[in-house]
Amino acid sequence: MRIALVCAAAIVAAAPLAVSAQERNPGRDLAASCAMCHGTDGRGAVGYEPLAGMAKADLVRKFTEFRSGAKPATVMHQISKGYTDPQIQLIAEYFSAQKK
Amino acid sequence: MNKDFDRRDFLRLAGAAAALAAAGCATAPATKARVVVIGGGFGGATAAKYIRMWDPAIEVVMVERANIFTSCPISNLVLGGSKTMEDIRHRYDGLRKYGVQLAFDEATAVDAAKRVVKLERGGDLAYDRLIVAPGIDFMFNDISGYEDAMKANRVVHAWKAGAQTIALRKQLEGMKDGGVYVLSVPLAPYRCPPGPYERACQVASYFKKAKPRSKVLILDANPDVTSKGPLFKKAWAELYPGMIEFRGNSKAVGVDAKTGTVRLEVEDVRGDVLNVVPPHRAGDIAVKAGLITANNRWCGVDWRTMESAAVKGVHVLGDATLSAPLMPKSGSMANQHAKICASAVVAMINGRAPNPEPKIANTCYSFVSDDEAIHVASVHTWDDKDKTLKTVPGSGGVSAARNELEGRYAWAWAVNVWQDTLG
Repeated sequence: MRIALVCAAAIVAAAPLAVSAQERNPGRDLAASCAMCHGTDGRGAVGYEPLAGMAKADLVRKFTEFRSGAKPATVMHQISKGYTDPQIQLIAEYFSAQKK
Repeated sequence: MNKDFDRRDFLRLAGAAAALAAAGCATAPATKARVVVIGGGFGGATAAKYIRMWDPAIEVVMVERANIFTSCPISNLVLGGSKTMEDIRHRYDGLRKYGVQLAFDEATAVDAAKRVVKLERGGDLAYDRLIVAPGIDFMFNDISGYEDAMKANRVVHAWKAGAQTIALRKQLEGMKDGGVYVLSVPLAPYRCPPGPYERACQVASYFKKAKPRSKVLILDANPDVTSKGPLFKKAWAELYPGMIEFRGNSKAVGVDAKTGTVRLEVEDVRGDVLNVVPPHRAGDIAVKAGLITANNRWCGVDWRTMESAAVKGVHVLGDATLSAPLMPKSGSMANQHAKICASAVVAMINGRAPNPEPKIANTCYSFVSDDEAIHVASVHTWDDKDKTLKTVPGSGGVSAARNELEGRYAWAWAVNVWQDTLG
């Protein structure tokens, strides 16, 4: 019984993923790199800014400010310089669409 | 209990069923294909989780010999005494939430023609795609006397976290004040380029508190410190003055258990605790599976998919790979390789082309004391001309100076990457 319930929950949770499995996911793939520090899908990490559910404009602004040096950082000024504007848009789109 | 689950799953997993923890949701929705992952380190576990996350219709079975994960990152802090073995050990249970099936067993062979992995206890395990993430094994024969000295507990490598970490800590605790700890570093490439120098800091930190007349002697086969050199040298000079000595071009060729010496090409060096890290190569199963393509040591891959350059349908992750230019062998990188691989495997099984231009980032932190850390960061992107991952010009770099803020980030990185890897 318990297994059946867990499975039912997994199917519901999996529904949007099953759709995305049919197409390319450039934003998802780029954003997956960030998960190492910021948590899987930008959720649940300790000590790092949560990215899931942040407004796209805020994500783009922070990332580009890291890149320009306008926003001080320990690491992100170096990482952000590895990404182009369209890539930043894709990453921001992905995290903004994740639930907090 | 679902009757279909019982019958179908046990039929499908016939042979391996006994070894598999076959609970979970493997039957719903219907399975498209089975991916087998050999190795539950940073690479293997992440790949297993992400494939299930990105396409729950793919069945994933992870084969791992240890029933608990022991992290190499942070293990140097166990040697230093500020963390414990409990801090670096983590259960695999989190992966079950994603429907990853765990087989705590030893993969003894791969038959790539039949697409079967042979398990020590669980029989044959069939796969549609195989991911091999075996980490490293050591080339003990490159250092004469090593294996005998290791059996006599006279030399340790502690370059795989676990029993060796405990053994080294015990030897350091038992060493007399005024003793010499010798750390021998192999020629690059080796696992975790900054690891030896972080270890030197951590052991010195312990000595400073507990045995202040003792010394750390680094015998490095490389000409100079291979990672974060100026930052480490500054930390050694300022935090542990007179305690750490570095000798470059000092390759270990032998170990003498009786006299407690490390033999270099031109001289013998005596020590009270001998921590000799032998050169390594891809883990044994990669050799048995015919995945080695470079120098009898490493596995060449297509970096867009992590698929082996030698065997189709088999992907290789982590330290076992022939590293791309300027790419370190690190837990961070293995975690990132796994995501390239998971995306590609999901695409291929669904009949789509894999992501043509993967891009991944790396951050490696090193603790130079209990609470201060330094980092090196890099971004690696597909280069279509040279068909490999290359660092993006102008990106990446190291810390400006060691600091406590990065120490907090470093610990949080560990907690977060464990979570990202293991569920």
